[in-house]
Amino acid sequence: MSQATRSVLLHSFVIALLVVMFFVLPEYHSGNLARILVLAVFAMGYNVLFGYTGLLSLGHALFFASGMYGLGLSIQFMQASPMLAMIIGLITAVVVSCVIGFLALRTTGVAFMIVTLMFAQAGFLTVLFFGKYTRGDEGFVIQRAQRSMFGFDLSQPFPRYFAALVLFSICLFLIAWLVHSRFGKTLVAIRENEQRARMLGYDVQRHKLVAVIISGTMSGAAGAAYALLFGYAGASFAAVQYSILPLLYVLLGGAGTTIGPLIGTVFMFYLIDISSEYTEAYMLIAGLVLILLTLFAPHGIAGLVRKKLVWLP
Amino acid sequence: MADRKNTPGIAGTSSRMNRRTALKTLGAGAGAVAGIGALPGIIGCAHASDEPIRIGFQVHRTGIGAAYGRWYDRTTEAVVKRINDEGGINGRPIEIVAEDDGTDPKRGAEVVEKLATKHKCDVAFGTLFSHVVYGSAPRAGELAIPYFVVSEGHHVASGALNRYTLQPGITDVKSQVEAMGPFIKENLGKKVTMIYPDFAFGHDHRDYFTAAFEALGGEVLEKIAIPPTETSFSKYFPKIPRETEVVYHVMVGPAVLTFVKELGEFFGPNRPEIFGFIDSLEAVDLASPGLEFLEGTYFWEGNPRYAQEDQSEFDKAYREAVGVDANGASISDAKDVSTYAHMFGCWETIYVIKAGMEASGYSGTKDRQKLIEAVESMTEMPHSFEHPQGAKLFNGKTHQAFGHQYISKVTEGKLVLAHTTSIEDTLYEDEVDYTSMSF
Repeated sequence: MSQATRSVLLHSFVIALLVVMFFVLPEYHSGNLARILVLAVFAMGYNVLFGYTGLLSLGHALFFASGMYGLGLSIQFMQASPMLAMIIGLITAVVVSCVIGFLALRTTGVAFMIVTLMFAQAGFLTVLFFGKYTRGDEGFVIQRAQRSMFGFDLSQPFPRYFAALVLFSICLFLIAWLVHSRFGKTLVAIRENEQRARMLGYDVQRHKLVAVIISGTMSGAAGAAYALLFGYAGASFAAVQYSILPLLYVLLGGAGTTIGPLIGTVFMFYLIDISSEYTEAYMLIAGLVLILLTLFAPHGIAGLVRKKLVWLP
Repeated sequence: MADRKNTPGIAGTSSRMNRRTALKTLGAGAGAVAGIGALPGIIGCAHASDEPIRIGFQVHRTGIGAAYGRWYDRTTEAVVKRINDEGGINGRPIEIVAEDDGTDPKRGAEVVEKLATKHKCDVAFGTLFSHVVYGSAPRAGELAIPYFVVSEGHHVASGALNRYTLQPGITDVKSQVEAMGPFIKENLGKKVTMIYPDFAFGHDHRDYFTAAFEALGGEVLEKIAIPPTETSFSKYFPKIPRETEVVYHVMVGPAVLTFVKELGEFFGPNRPEIFGFIDSLEAVDLASPGLEFLEGTYFWEGNPRYAQEDQSEFDKAYREAVGVDANGASISDAKDVSTYAHMFGCWETIYVIKAGMEASGYSGTKDRQKLIEAVESMTEMPHSFEHPQGAKLFNGKTHQAFGHQYISKVTEGKLVLAHTTSIEDTLYEDEVDYTSMSF
């Protein structure tokens, strides 16, 4: 069986499993899973840049917020339909990632991290500065009546879950295709040895820019979907915490694996959810688990599985 | 308090009919799930008469709201003990199910979902910070769980939220700010400079106070917004116009001590009148070094921190029940200063929930809409053991309570009540009619 076929089978199985999960999980957990799928899309976007291209960004909250506010503000002030608003959210994320990619890729390594962090912080402060429109830190609610798409009320569990799953599935197959494509393999080559890739004649800068755009757009799609499915847009999603989270999801789940971001998001979500029931110091527990995982499973959960047990794309 | 035990299987009705319908079509799948043992919607909804009423408490135990959360926790514990000692609600005891939201809107929404669908709470309650309310209220509406916030934000009365979200136990920032205008103009001065944090809470002060004060014939000379990340304030003070008669300040966050200290250094002994909102100094000891400059200045207080000479029997009983001494600190630790201006909202809100459940004959989650309608029909709430902060007027259309506001003067290091507004001073035109919205 070819790798491509195995990849299609694996990812189809994951999606089928997620379909079944909605019907078999208790209401609380299926609700969580809808949220996790959206956040996993965010992590998958991050993974394109970090896991496959080797660029460590600390500013992905900016892309997430771009999609979120692109959608939210167009509904709020233009009375845009959810579909149009989603498109506007995606366009916003594309434009922002083009600009950030063009500027930030003039740096490398630690400088790239710092520049992306600074851009994200500037984005956060911009949201606060235009508080008249964005309602700053408080944010604003997107009412239920504004969240129906193709006749489906996205505030309801069934449409919401499957809308999240559709987005997740599109992104998963897109990445699965990407990593087997010539372009994806070039990204991996850049990650492994940028100088050699350049010496072999690849346009490294162009590839990295496209990777930033794909990564930023996918993160923006997650931001737009979050606002649409959960009815809220707020500045906290543009804060530095939301630049760190996708990094943690990817590190935990397994950088450079297609299903690692989903695994990492599930793990992190429930780590906080369960530990917060027992102690106020739940972030300390999360930190300890992260340290342990980094020490004993440096390639993340999916990376460990790939190394020890089975093939994984 | 803060019983965190999860009790899977406690009755609850699911309103997710589409999901339930889908479940029925998947009978085969249900067998596989039996081991998990928690299918929603298949558990009966009848409450035994002695089964507790579960109030989900969304509490800021961590994050920027932790100081408030600690005292909201204690107040809730006290009021629940009192009600349970008196026989509970409709003969059933109250059980509090507390979940920390980290003062984060994303986590807040998740917590509301958890309280509704996992813990099967009858209602959710207790949220303070506005951004968490904004982030959580949509989920409360979608899950059809009554959501009683104790936030003082204008979000409820502005119409931004939904029919399931109510604020019956604390007044909102718009009414608080607008009610300050007459006292400031008549007693402190007509020319005001405002200093406020450059985020939504500060903008509410800027916009509502300016409009109200100018309508009274006063003048706001300068509006100085301080970025939320600022740690030093000296560079902003030269912007205060020389003809300023009153500096109006509201600063929230850990930098407030630096703010006051630097304001004192800037003005020295020749300061204008100063009026502030106690939000800046909630849970902060007025005897803290650097706060001496505040002597003789005025503060809005939601509820007077220091027991006053004419302290009501209601405040006395409330203070004692929560464990607060006459100086507004914990009776077990004089350095542990309470958030007295806000935390009464938890006490009063729980009593409103009790009154609403009793009026509606609440017996289980199927009666949630009746509960909301019962609260919407409330109007006058007299000064009492249930409402120790003072009498209130509840507006069922806007889901918002209105009440007296207190202005205190710092005198010998303590806050001494100088003025009490009428409830009429705090009223404004309705901006929404939630009762016209469907459930």
